[in-house]
Amino acid sequence: MSVRQSLLAILNQGPCYGYQLRAEFDRRTGSTWPLNVGQIYNTLDRLERDGLVQKASADKDSADAESHNTFEITAAGRLEVAHWLDSPVVRTTATRDELAIKLAIAVTLPGVDIAHVIQVQRTATFRTLQELTRTKNATDNPESAEQLAWLLVVDSLIFAAEAEARWLDHCENRLARALAAGTATPLPLSTDVPKRGRPTKARA
Amino acid sequence: MTGAALPTGTSPVDTDLLLKLDGVSMQYGRGETAVTALAGVDLQVRRGELVAVMGASGSGKSTLLTVAGGLTPPTAGEVIVEGHWLSQLSARELAVLRRRSLGFVFQDFNLIPSLTALENVSLPLELDGWSAKKAHRPALDALRIVELGDRAQHFPADLSGGQQQRVAIARAVVGGRSLILADEPTGALDSTTGELVLRMLRSRVDAGAGGILVTHDARHAAWADRIVFLRDGRIVDESRASAVSSLLGGLPL
Repeated sequence: MSVRQSLLAILNQGPCYGYQLRAEFDRRTGSTWPLNVGQIYNTLDRLERDGLVQKASADKDSADAESHNTFEITAAGRLEVAHWLDSPVVRTTATRDELAIKLAIAVTLPGVDIAHVIQVQRTATFRTLQELTRTKNATDNPESAEQLAWLLVVDSLIFAAEAEARWLDHCENRLARALAAGTATPLPLSTDVPKRGRPTKARA
Repeated sequence: MTGAALPTGTSPVDTDLLLKLDGVSMQYGRGETAVTALAGVDLQVRRGELVAVMGASGSGKSTLLTVAGGLTPPTAGEVIVEGHWLSQLSARELAVLRRRSLGFVFQDFNLIPSLTALENVSLPLELDGWSAKKAHRPALDALRIVELGDRAQHFPADLSGGQQQRVAIARAVVGGRSLILADEPTGALDSTTGELVLRMLRSRVDAGAGGILVTHDARHAAWADRIVFLRDGRIVDESRASAVSSLLGGLPL
């Protein structure tokens, strides 16, 4: 969704063709999430269908092959951009987090050293943090708007990694408490085995 | 200069090895009430290397720093600073070594309020027998390195927290001292100011110093080349930054 809105916001500054939009998106996000031209044109088609952009009319006489692939924003598109900038990004559905699933499963299995699982993850998380910080250290002060935008992206990855490290600490403490309370017992396979196939409608 | 020669122990001197902890243990109290703060810690810090120490409160982080800095002798093991075995030094020799080789940076800056930034930075040299006049030049150089050359005549109260901590870093490295021991140096600073201080610390290390950074903040520890994790006085794991980042694609560098 954010790609669609981002492209629209860029188009709000003037008409662009596909390759140009890709370059503009990349330089504003530090090339962290590169887009291919196919994605760009798919998005543009949908934006056009929804009446938010239209094929540019200015260069109709031009022999330039790119001119008929140039898009410009519509009035509805401008409203959409204003609305996007003015509203929060809502993360509605819980994304399937690989790490959370792994720890949740691991904690129910017998014979698994969860503390070790956590420590292995923590070391990996810290390595990520170190690499990101090293990358950031390679740029001094943000001298250009591109570098500032890129630093914001790197910082967001750094804070996400930090949050993961803190969550791992928290898991470790919670686990220690559960072990002390005797509630960290593994789950054996349930004897109440679900039936194969589709669930029957009435379970009278 | 009072050039007391310091015994260097028996091992050949590796000039890039600034600090070595060899099986260091630290126990407070005796018998049943004894508390083990460090239990057989091995750690090396080489020139150009910043090592972060992380761990929960009570894991031994601060003890590690005081032992490494020769402020407290360990109950077992050996601390070797620039080739000098601390256990073989007299109290006076140890004081000389601390002044010439080590710089401490604390959370609360520890600057002397009645001295200017320049005088604070000159102090370790003057304690080592330099005249004030002679000490001012390297002190000013150190202040310029942390980009505070124009604040030399300011008193600590006239400086921001971040600037005071940069003065503390200048004081820690003045006169060619190369081992920086930092205990939560960004603890009292906001996030972006803390980052600037760490950038300074990092650049001092890249210029040939070495350091230990004790912190509980993962983002700050990430400025180090190596992060060791302490638990119950033992090093339980280590994260080492790889030379090349594989995380980001095309960067506008």
